[in-house]
Amino acid sequence: MRVIAICLAFGLLTASCGTADEAPPSPDTLTLVTHQSFAVSEGTIELFEAQHDITVEILRSDDAGAMVNQAILTKGNPLGDVIFGIDNTFLSRALDAGILEAYESPGLAAVPDDLKLDPEHRATPIDFGDVCVNYDRSVINDGEAPKSLLELAGEPARGMLVVENPATSSPGLAFLLATIAEFGEDGEYTWKDYWADLRDNDVVVTAGWDDAYYGRFSGGAGQGDRPLVVSYASSPPAEVIFSETPLDEAPTGIMEAGCFRQIEFAGVLAGADAPELAAEFIDFMLGVEFQEDIPLNMFVFPANAEARLPEAFVEYTKIPDTLATISPDVIDANRQRWIEEWDAVMLP
Amino acid sequence: MGRRDAAVTNATRAQRVDGAGRLLRSLAVGIPLVFLIVVFLYPLASILITGLSGDARPLAAFGDVFAKPSLRGVAWFTLWQAIASTLLTLVLAMPAAYVFARYEFPGRSLLRAAVTIPFVLPTLVVGSAFLAVLGPNGALGIDLSSTIWAILLAHVFYNYAVIVRTVGGLWANLDPRLEEAARILGAGRWTAFRTITLPLLRPAIAAASSIVFLFTFTSFGVILVLGNLEFRTIEVEIWRQTMSFLNLPVAAALSVLQLVAVSLILLAYSRYQERRALEQSLAPASSTSRKPQNAREWWVVGGTLSFTAIFLGTPLAILAERSLRFGGEWSLAAYTSLGDGADSPLFVPATRAIGNSLGFALAAMAIALVVGILASTVIAYKRGAVSTWFDLLLMLPLGTSAVTIGFGFLVAFDSPIDLRTSPILIPLAHSLIAIPFVVRTVVPVMRTIRSRLREAARVLGASPLRAWREVDLPLIARSGLVAAGFAFAISLGEFGATAFLVRPDRPTLPVAIFRLLGRPGELNFGRAMALSTILMVLTAVSIMAIERFRVGDTGEF
Repeated sequence: MRVIAICLAFGLLTASCGTADEAPPSPDTLTLVTHQSFAVSEGTIELFEAQHDITVEILRSDDAGAMVNQAILTKGNPLGDVIFGIDNTFLSRALDAGILEAYESPGLAAVPDDLKLDPEHRATPIDFGDVCVNYDRSVINDGEAPKSLLELAGEPARGMLVVENPATSSPGLAFLLATIAEFGEDGEYTWKDYWADLRDNDVVVTAGWDDAYYGRFSGGAGQGDRPLVVSYASSPPAEVIFSETPLDEAPTGIMEAGCFRQIEFAGVLAGADAPELAAEFIDFMLGVEFQEDIPLNMFVFPANAEARLPEAFVEYTKIPDTLATISPDVIDANRQRWIEEWDAVMLP
Repeated sequence: MGRRDAAVTNATRAQRVDGAGRLLRSLAVGIPLVFLIVVFLYPLASILITGLSGDARPLAAFGDVFAKPSLRGVAWFTLWQAIASTLLTLVLAMPAAYVFARYEFPGRSLLRAAVTIPFVLPTLVVGSAFLAVLGPNGALGIDLSSTIWAILLAHVFYNYAVIVRTVGGLWANLDPRLEEAARILGAGRWTAFRTITLPLLRPAIAAASSIVFLFTFTSFGVILVLGNLEFRTIEVEIWRQTMSFLNLPVAAALSVLQLVAVSLILLAYSRYQERRALEQSLAPASSTSRKPQNAREWWVVGGTLSFTAIFLGTPLAILAERSLRFGGEWSLAAYTSLGDGADSPLFVPATRAIGNSLGFALAAMAIALVVGILASTVIAYKRGAVSTWFDLLLMLPLGTSAVTIGFGFLVAFDSPIDLRTSPILIPLAHSLIAIPFVVRTVVPVMRTIRSRLREAARVLGASPLRAWREVDLPLIARSGLVAAGFAFAISLGEFGATAFLVRPDRPTLPVAIFRLLGRPGELNFGRAMALSTILMVLTAVSIMAIERFRVGDTGEF
């Protein structure tokens, strides 16, 4: 009945039932499932296509969260062969659901150990980016910029900071996690006390990164009036690269404390049509060519330590020395509770 | 050939024609029904069943929803903000409905088209423009961001056109002599309006209000950008439960709740319409409007139009202005860089997104027209329960959360043919949203076609098919063109449903704007604003093009 209904409906609509587009992918195609932010230079994917004489098809979800959820809903009959863009905040959810097949890429040898969060190698780290507070250098001198999370809640920073809602924004969640790592859940001064202080210090919360950065932040391309914003460590070089006239220095800087690292992983989807090709694509993503292409396209750092960084990345940003860390399983177990508790503090 | 033989031939021909008519009629019911079952009901049921069966106790999720004070709060907020938004929209847009209906002034049809632009723009684009007006540095001077006023005003901004077009449409056809008679008999201006005009306008006010209520009840983008999760509708909560928490049981329970609420609203509306359906002697719009004649009337027209222009125009103008500024100066840099591919984080040149959008919009338009016009014939020519239920069924996708539909496609379309990632899902999802608009544009026109006209044609020897072709079709074709333009514009601006599909790498305009806005750097922001402006212009052009084909002022949009 279902067959008939679907064939009838689509037959009427498209005057065909099962055109080339809708046929199951043949082995000469590798399907990459990824999210909105995935970007590479033209010609990069083509290298892999030429090497293996296949076509790479790209499917996109809205964001990392949507992508992981959609992969879980299609478990056993996945939409593609290889998935890229699962970050450490969603890693446990993906691993627990069993949507990934183990594959240990030889390329992992060049990846620092602190990025390898899955000892069973179902998820392979491809890149990382740090969520840090950015400041507008036209308002705040480098010497006077806040140096700790605590300073953001102090009088000099009153009315200056804009953050993203952790329920709707991935940098927003990263910043919440940084504060939880820093102040902890127990003791005299917990992360909730810290957020209550931020609230009293007139912090602004926006739904998405774009509303915060373009709408409320005053630095760079921002149109707002607040000189401090939760963004990425790579935002300053992006400001330099995407400016019309060449800039000698970045209009924004980063606060190096209280940063949270987002690591993006790739994996072979369980039940893939072309698991061998998928594994080779993971090798390819860890290769120097792909890795060196990452920074200027996705504005994150390559996981492969042998990849050279573009000049702007060397000059205008840093990789923070100290990072807040919370393990993926703790994040996944507590995400909903933390977000609801954050709601209760911020929106009483 | 004898007379007898001729009679027999005629009878067989009539039989054959009746057979064709029957086939046509069953196709008119069958195609929209199968379409809705396959593209809407089946995926919806699949995801709801997946969600509700995920819990060990199947109906426990409903209990959770009612037990949690925060979720009860969400339900209450959804209801009261929808009522407040609807009332505010009515109050603020009624003067414009009156002015457009009763007065002639230069640029009237152009302005009426312009009023419709906000209605089809993607919320994420307008949300940021709205912040630029109502935010801390806003043009208004007061910071209304993160207050309920920002949400209410944005809802008015979006739905202004619904009142102006629907209420104004009927108002333009009311015979002004009725009110004049009351005035002559000594009634004041207000009394005459309250006792004569308002009751006559009631069907249109009810129709428009129910649409505005439906849209604001299920509001998503506006609430997310301006309400910042401090204010949450059921729709936003479904998205949050699904995306952040993957709590499918609660999301499914909330979806069912929202569907029930929306169905009740629509049913109440159609009951009301049936009871209230009174025969009115309508006058052609051209005979009821005239030029403003004295200073007072010029003030009314000028004041109303100025308010409309400032209220609707400011956010749109800010978008356009931002696309033309670069590095603090006027510049076309954002536009000239749209064709660049290599250094664009879009992976495809932004110009290709325009092509993708146009292609999807054409496909969505075609699907919406075929299904919508067939469904309209059922709704217009069949009376009673069939018509009511068909109409309700077609409206339901508007009351279903986009994330539910998107995930429903994913769960339902895995076999026998794997359509989960087919590009056809994008125009299909768009057409689900556009069909109700097609129906509401075409049905009123079909209903106005006098059945006597058709009977006359048949008496003169025309077959039912021929009578339909020669009497109905030309009139319907024109309203079909109007509907087509509307469907096209809706598809161009659609973002919500597209965002929750897993889709091949063919970004539409709103998707490309969203991707660009997710990047730091002035060039990316400029490109996003430039694409938004292009989207606005494309929308405006398609809306203005359809104004030319409007059949009088009938049609609810």
